[in-house]
Amino acid sequence: MEYVIEMLNIRKEFPGIVANDNVTLQVKKGEIHALLGENGAGKSTLMNVLFGLYQPEQGEIRVNGKPVKITSPNIANDLGIGMVHQHFMLVDPFTVTENIILGKEPSKAGKIDLKEASEEVRKLSEQYQLRVDPYAKIADISIGMQQRVEILKTLYRGAEILIFDEPTAVLTPQEIKELIYIMKALIKEGKSIILITHKLKEIMEVCDRVTVIRKGQGIGTVNVNETNPNELASLMVGREVLFKTEKTAATPSDVVLEVQELEVKDSRGVSAVRNLDLTVRAGEIVGIAGVDGNGQSELIEALAGLRKTTAGSIMLNGNEIRNLKPRKITEAGVGHIPEDRHKHGLVLDYSIGENIVLQTYYQRPFSKAGILNSKKIFEKARSLIKSYDVRTPSEYTPARALSGGNQQKAIIGREVDRNPDLLIAAQPTRGLDVGAIEFIHKRLIEQRDAGKAVLLISFELEEIMNVSDRIAVIYEGEIVAIVDPKETTEQELGLLMAGSKRTEAGGKQNV
Amino acid sequence: MSKYLSKLTSPLIAVILGLVVGAIIMLVSGYDPVAGYGSMVNGIIGDSYYVGESVRTIIPYILAGLAVAFAFRTGLFNIGVEGQLIVGWLAAVWVGIAFDLPRIIHLPLAILAGAAAGALWAFIPGYLKAKFRVHEVIVSIMLNYTALYVTNYLIRNVMTDKLDKTERIADTASLRSPFFESITDFSRMHWGIVVAIICVIIMWFLLERTKTGFELKAVGFNQHASEYAGMSVNKNIILSMVISGAFAGLAGAMEGLGTFGYAAVKGGFTGMGFDGIAVALLGANTAIGVVLAALLFGGLKAGALNMPLETGIPSEIVDIVIALIIFFVASSYFIRWIAARFKKGVK
Repeated sequence: MEYVIEMLNIRKEFPGIVANDNVTLQVKKGEIHALLGENGAGKSTLMNVLFGLYQPEQGEIRVNGKPVKITSPNIANDLGIGMVHQHFMLVDPFTVTENIILGKEPSKAGKIDLKEASEEVRKLSEQYQLRVDPYAKIADISIGMQQRVEILKTLYRGAEILIFDEPTAVLTPQEIKELIYIMKALIKEGKSIILITHKLKEIMEVCDRVTVIRKGQGIGTVNVNETNPNELASLMVGREVLFKTEKTAATPSDVVLEVQELEVKDSRGVSAVRNLDLTVRAGEIVGIAGVDGNGQSELIEALAGLRKTTAGSIMLNGNEIRNLKPRKITEAGVGHIPEDRHKHGLVLDYSIGENIVLQTYYQRPFSKAGILNSKKIFEKARSLIKSYDVRTPSEYTPARALSGGNQQKAIIGREVDRNPDLLIAAQPTRGLDVGAIEFIHKRLIEQRDAGKAVLLISFELEEIMNVSDRIAVIYEGEIVAIVDPKETTEQELGLLMAGSKRTEAGGKQNV
Repeated sequence: MSKYLSKLTSPLIAVILGLVVGAIIMLVSGYDPVAGYGSMVNGIIGDSYYVGESVRTIIPYILAGLAVAFAFRTGLFNIGVEGQLIVGWLAAVWVGIAFDLPRIIHLPLAILAGAAAGALWAFIPGYLKAKFRVHEVIVSIMLNYTALYVTNYLIRNVMTDKLDKTERIADTASLRSPFFESITDFSRMHWGIVVAIICVIIMWFLLERTKTGFELKAVGFNQHASEYAGMSVNKNIILSMVISGAFAGLAGAMEGLGTFGYAAVKGGFTGMGFDGIAVALLGANTAIGVVLAALLFGGLKAGALNMPLETGIPSEIVDIVIALIIFFVASSYFIRWIAARFKKGVK
């Protein structure tokens, strides 16, 4: 069998850890090959070895059967290896064409020939059905389009093997469908694809074979049509994983959060939340389903006091908390797992212990008369690190050094430990692997069972369906429907999220 | 222990490299570097007079270094230390002249006036940053010039009648110490060294042990997370500048109340505020690091004065050495790389 890429028994060490140990990856021509592993399992390291960013200590790389030494990304490019990065490497004020030719500008007598380049970009875009406008500015096009520009960039440089690094993490469900379509078109044209992911659904849908790595070790390669998500999950995590979160029926009691006719403007001054009504009771999880950009972020920020609201009311346990300062809202009994854990959730340069007291550092016993009691602070940190299974070398380790899943566990530990009446969880599992997702869902349900109100915001329909007791669908800043997860389907929710009214979707009206 | 050692390696290497390159420059200029550095060391610790003068030089370096380092640690770049130092100098001298009080009140009052003036001068960029997001570097650079010319005007037209310097401060406001003078052969070493050491302890304690320091550093690292956690970002930005400015004002007060005993019209900046940036950089923005860096820079500056006397080597060579040290600290990445190569080679 002919392989386009062979990475044989790769070993890569960093000071103190072995990131890859005896990992073998063999990619056939014309296949979509998944590279599956938990966060921090060593997927990115392996791909950076292939892309010439790291040199392996041991092992061999072969391209089209020939042994090669890839010592820089330029060599990788010359060998026909292209990488579509998770965080796009694009210059915002430049046009699509300018970005694509960057570093490889075709020139005529010292002048960049943009016209010919644009023509070539247009042709490539047509060939692979990417529908990208070569003259559009990056700043003006959607995230999905920007990703296609990244794909075009690799194709323009003659890539035969494309590495996609977690490509769906930033996309909406619709954009994911289109990406899958594009990937299939690429294969038809004879390209090969390595897909780095921890999403099992995507693997089952598009991939031919999958190589699993766990904690830096190569676990093996399986054919996708001979496996199932359960088997893949246990290969990845190393134990059985429950997909359906187990929970009993909710027993909602008193109203904890009552939002009425709320109006919030976004940063540009455009109305983002309009006339929004929402109720969350003690002992239930209300999930907010919606496509990204329909006012979810503004709603959460308004609830947490991070954004001013223009009208309406937000009542917590019968008290108005609208437009109060974040600290007052926190003290009133709101816990908040923020959407962006690096921006809002953590001070990355602080130790994990200091982050654990980020909202309570000024209270006893952590400080007295303005003096911090670091003994008590780190005692608290140790106990939360233990009970929330935060894997960290110590409580003094900077938060930056932890993996995404462990950072998130620390945040959840911190928020839940304050015992808030209302817990707002915004995208709590974004970018996490199945093991961590399972853990976080369990904690949310525990909170509910302890008689707390939980508000869950997520773009993942599966998560909303699995965890929520009631689902509120948000569309253009309004709650357009409230549905029971047991009586609805993903199709119906999808239609509601796209703006079709409940009656048209065929269900009963109970907004 | 080894943790502290490794932190010291790259600044130490920078210092050594700076001195070596300085020696090469002396050689190619036709001077004897051994004699040159010898006379410099003599000028630092040669006899008790020189030791006293070195200590005196170090005092404002410590305080200016603390001012820059404090702002750095809380995410701000206070390039206006020079201006805050100048207004602190004048304010302290003004209190020293204008009042007639017992020493126990007069001296602390004059010192506090210096700190308050520096703090007020730094409040302006802090407030503008908090309120309108104007970058503190631009405002504080401008305020350096404002400070220079406003104080010159005040000295010439308000505090004196068209004279170039004010009258001397009252003895009750002076930091001069007959005791230090007697043990250092009548150098100008004064009590300011005690003030500087107290400030070092204050900076360390404030940043590492108090809830205010926790907030200040958090805001410096990540404003969004700080706001989310319920801290007031604007309040902390202003507070950070004010504290930094107070250190700078104290540096000026030490010069006014200790070294000189008056304030004079200045043709240009003192340079101490800008040297404070270098001190903070070399000291890695920590309280103890600032002390070590100030010892080095202050010592070099004081020792430099002796070089032309003993060997005829121009004292400017020391400015070159200081510049080289800063250059090598800034390229510490390069130094670490060489150190790593060296370690590998040894293995």
